[in-house]
Amino acid sequence: MTLMKSLMGAAASLALTAGAALAEPALIFDLGGKFDKSFNEAAHNGASRWAEETGGSYREIELQSEAQREQALRRFAEAGANPVITMGFAMADPLSTVAADYPDTKFVAVDVTWLEAPNIRQIGFAEHEGSYLVGMMAAMASKSDTVGFIGGMDIPLIRHFACGYAQGVKAVNPDAKVVANMTGTTPAAWNDPVKGSELTKSQISQGADVIYAAAGGTGVGVLQTAADEGILSIGVDSNQNHLHPGKVLTSMLKRVDVAVYEAMKAGEDLETGVFTMGLAEDGVGYALDEHNAPLVTDEMKAAVEEAREKIIAGEISVASYYENDSCPALSF
Amino acid sequence: MEKMPKWADVVLIPLISLLLAAALSALVILAIGEDPVAAVKLMVDGALGSTYGWGYTLYYATNFMFTGLAVAVAAHAGLFNIGGEGQAMLGGLGVALVCLFIPWPHWSLALIFAALGAGLFGAAWAAIPAYLQAKRGSHIVITTIMFNFIAAAVLNYMLVNVLRPKGSQDPASARFPETVHLPSLHEMLAPLGIEFSKSGPANVSLLVALAACVVIWLLIWRTPLGYEIRSLGKSEPAARYAGISSVRIVMIAMLISGALAGMMAINNVMGEAERLVLNSTEGAGFIGIAVALMGRNHPFGVFLAAILFGFLYQGGAELALWTSIPRELIVVIQALVILFTGALDDMVRMPLEKIFIAVRKGQN
Repeated sequence: MTLMKSLMGAAASLALTAGAALAEPALIFDLGGKFDKSFNEAAHNGASRWAEETGGSYREIELQSEAQREQALRRFAEAGANPVITMGFAMADPLSTVAADYPDTKFVAVDVTWLEAPNIRQIGFAEHEGSYLVGMMAAMASKSDTVGFIGGMDIPLIRHFACGYAQGVKAVNPDAKVVANMTGTTPAAWNDPVKGSELTKSQISQGADVIYAAAGGTGVGVLQTAADEGILSIGVDSNQNHLHPGKVLTSMLKRVDVAVYEAMKAGEDLETGVFTMGLAEDGVGYALDEHNAPLVTDEMKAAVEEAREKIIAGEISVASYYENDSCPALSF
Repeated sequence: MEKMPKWADVVLIPLISLLLAAALSALVILAIGEDPVAAVKLMVDGALGSTYGWGYTLYYATNFMFTGLAVAVAAHAGLFNIGGEGQAMLGGLGVALVCLFIPWPHWSLALIFAALGAGLFGAAWAAIPAYLQAKRGSHIVITTIMFNFIAAAVLNYMLVNVLRPKGSQDPASARFPETVHLPSLHEMLAPLGIEFSKSGPANVSLLVALAACVVIWLLIWRTPLGYEIRSLGKSEPAARYAGISSVRIVMIAMLISGALAGMMAINNVMGEAERLVLNSTEGAGFIGIAVALMGRNHPFGVFLAAILFGFLYQGGAELALWTSIPRELIVVIQALVILFTGALDDMVRMPLEKIFIAVRKGQN
């Protein structure tokens, strides 16, 4: 009886949702999946915060294949979802063709800044600025003058992270050595904590005593091994300080959750255009909380705060890897 | 004596396996509190109920036909080619180079040469493991698997450092020029007065895949080369005794296999994305193994199995879009079908054989 009820209930709710024209937002997660402990999960957190606060509901899909990118965009737009929020630079290409077909729908593209369309809100993050600051902290915390960087998949975005980090390190200590490794060349590199752990051990053997992980789920292994081996690590995207209290120096925050939350809150009245979320907009930053308070000295705080203000004021300019596909402080 | 009539072997066993997989999947869906009947309806409607659905189903099926045939040809020579994934990646590179650096006047010309480029790159990637197997006895399963990783690294290097347009953050090649755009089923069927959804990515390479099925059937069962391939696959000592060079046949079978896997790229790279992206093959090379297993290494069986897997992919996408069934469970459903049709074949076959024998005895 209860089974039958739940069956009928499910069928009815399915029929309802299929029939009604929805003005609810839709969220398209990238291939990494909703619970990647990093980029996509931040979007999920922002969306759930919006749903909790407003009692609203939203549609979502975790992409499984490249061909689904355009498919999901079109299906959500046709079903009346508005705005349609997409995650990751890989959505730029399908968006460039789809957006024009649905002029009344607003799209949000996180990590995309180079499209020309009137109905897309494009949000880019200045990851190199945030990475610069945590790079400074790494150099100041290091006793061996050797710090590490472990990236996920070897793509320009991750080199962009590494490049900002290396510049921050060199700004504090021009003689410091930066050991940089990428986990792999396939998407599996985003979710390989075991390899992350091996790379961490290898970097420790090269003298690194602070390691920054910008590697999605792989970073979990980096942080774990760093904590086990008694060195410091730096988390990424979300605040990961709590994972190993007292062992994670700080986390480079990329406030994807805020971007998604605000887009959903604005709803159909969303402002479109290109938005860059840097230090000034609190789009990126470093995390300070009770878990890392004993690690961050006042001297560190002062230096990083000063650099932060100088970057916002334009007195320090952090070179972006994208500008000429190379990095002044690190070679790949 | 045949234990079962042919139709039971070809139709009944896969059908029962499918039903078992469907029943188990229904239980899984029930267990997470969703409605299996509605889910199946959504999958069937979404994949087969409209030309929109068919557009995607046939697109995926085209990929799987190429990779399924690739595995089948190698299997006839007794070789297990697990490298379809890597060969398809390199095929994509071949297509991208042909489309990007040669100005083509018309898509038809571009298609022919892109297919050649794809086949050439795919075959080249299969050639090294084939040579190592034929000459040195290095096991083809191990070497082709390892070559998948090398292919991923090669593709990553090419896209990040060589083919990526300046200033783009996306590790992908530039868009191919308009002239090499392959007509989609919508554009092909419109002049015939048949309405076909615009959004489905199925395109003219479906016809190439169908042609490939026919050609491979002719090759395997109607040519001396096909006879030699099959002989080697059945018994290597016997084939050698009959004067068939195993080195030559291993090389030829793997080259054909690699070329077929590579040619998948005319569908996903040239037909769908119209640029080369890192993740273009997305496991189709591995699905090809299941497709060939299920299709009993026969081109027609491969064709049917490819359509089935296309249905599962597109139906799975619809489930992900409109229900809260998590994508991991959609993979579970797809995996159950593979498990039952591929690996647990004997579980259905043995009781069925017993039934047929018992019935025959009763008649005598």
